[in-house]
Amino acid sequence: MIAEKVREDVIAMLVAAGSGHSAGSLGMTDVFTAIYFSKTLNLDPKDPWNPNRDRILLSNGHICPVWYAALARAGYLSHEELLTLRQIGTRLQGHPHYREFRGVENTGGPVRQGLSQAIGVTFAGQMNKSDYRTICLLSDAELQEGQNWEAIMFAGKNNLYKLTAIIDRNNIQIDGFTENIMPLEPLADKFKSFNWSVIEVDGHNISEIVDALNKAKAIFENPTVIIAHTIPGKGVDFMEHDFNWHGKPPDWAEATEALKELRSLGGKIRSEYE
Amino acid sequence: MSKATRDGFGEALLELGASNQKIVVLTADLTESTRVADFAKKFPERFIECGVAEQNMAGIAAGLAAEGKIPFITSYAVFSPGRNWDQIRVSICYSNLPVKIIGCHTGLSVGPDGATHQALEDIALMRVLPNMTVVVPCDAIQARQATQASISINGPVYIRLTREATPAIIQSSNIKFQIGRAEILENYGQDAAIVACGPLVYQALIAAKELNDEGIKTMIINNHTIKPLDKVTLLKAARDCGAVVTVEEHQVNGGMGSAVAELLSANYPVPMEFVGMQDSFGESGDPDQLLAKYGMSVGKIKEMVKSVILRKGR
Repeated sequence: MIAEKVREDVIAMLVAAGSGHSAGSLGMTDVFTAIYFSKTLNLDPKDPWNPNRDRILLSNGHICPVWYAALARAGYLSHEELLTLRQIGTRLQGHPHYREFRGVENTGGPVRQGLSQAIGVTFAGQMNKSDYRTICLLSDAELQEGQNWEAIMFAGKNNLYKLTAIIDRNNIQIDGFTENIMPLEPLADKFKSFNWSVIEVDGHNISEIVDALNKAKAIFENPTVIIAHTIPGKGVDFMEHDFNWHGKPPDWAEATEALKELRSLGGKIRSEYE
Repeated sequence: MSKATRDGFGEALLELGASNQKIVVLTADLTESTRVADFAKKFPERFIECGVAEQNMAGIAAGLAAEGKIPFITSYAVFSPGRNWDQIRVSICYSNLPVKIIGCHTGLSVGPDGATHQALEDIALMRVLPNMTVVVPCDAIQARQATQASISINGPVYIRLTREATPAIIQSSNIKFQIGRAEILENYGQDAAIVACGPLVYQALIAAKELNDEGIKTMIINNHTIKPLDKVTLLKAARDCGAVVTVEEHQVNGGMGSAVAELLSANYPVPMEFVGMQDSFGESGDPDQLLAKYGMSVGKIKEMVKSVILRKGR
């Protein structure tokens, strides 16, 4: 199944790099799989900069291992190159760099900047009367940054209905659990009060994610946020729900254990799109 | 004739809007005072009001530029680039996107608004960023030229503007403006070179004339582009004169003078003096009184020229 392969790639990349962010990468694997393999979006690795393509932007750039791995599995990048993550001279920077290679639409470094960028991309499409949609992936904790609320306010005011934000609601951040560090709830109500449509999904149920992406296409009144409830570290038992895995990679022994677990899961993670 | 540099910018923007469909203008609740109101009226479909949200404005501009637009983001420099430096660094500069950042109301001459609104650090903030071009026009005509020239640069450009009407220096088309090419405005002789930028170029010209009357011969360089520096002109001036005084309405730490000092110390070190803000905040007051109090008057420039000449050949 594709999601499991992507998870294996993520583990292999992180252990080879010796640094990087495990929890968010594994937690968002099913969302990335839905984006690149469900065919609900207009994406073509053979024509990666087609003006009509849907735009995928990543705001919390630190989970880029899963973006790179999904892009490679989808054919945007060679599989071998994945293991150059974070090495000197690589195109696979520790945080993504704008158009460094096919599929990378934005610089997503320090969290909080992606949604504003996505608004600009959406606005330009509106000015050009283009049909593309813009999808911006964000973490939950980055919503503690003020810039995101500037952006959320702006998109709501301007009814940017071709913009969809996907929040990785995994409840963790570097120092602990979001609701202890700086509570985000009631998150859905906050977005609604800023004139956004809200869809909540199980971030590991690919058909729910795909349904939400399709539903967002049918909303013409305002932008949509998909709050994807995820389990940080999903798929690797000893990483799941543990905020200590936010910003570190597995060592070789842990990676071996993780890969063994992933390969024997068979069917525990639902993935309809082979 | 006096006119503010922001007015020259506003006029150029209106012309560019008509000739180039890629131009998009964004502002953060400062349509009138950043002089984009006429553009907004004439090209409403290419004007974006962001509200008081400079960080979001910079990010939106990056996204627009990624899709082929040429966005101008306008605000007071204390807010943009003052408040959104990180967004300019990451979203704009690292991606090398052609966003034009217009910093208005810079320098002490904002006057009565006081220290909070007197941007005296913006040159330093912008020139440290890779891919960034930094331009400080000396008068309204040059602001107009710089604005027009900025869109031919396929990367980010910072243009520093001022609020007050200041004297015309550039007489129509006798000097061809080019980003990265410093202008020798007067050449009385080679006792020292005065390298100035922004409306203070006018004070530098008066100082040079008065010094000439006293028998001290200087040359005046309008160093409007702080990045990339015009190395050829500046090094030649240092060789010819053997002493340099820089003049700017900005902190001397990290500003235009520092950029010149970096160039000269690595290539042709000569004695230098720095006219500018000496590591302090400003205060409310009349612009001329403030320039006098904080050491950016004609008298101060003359004093520094005399002092640097005394250090020559030591």
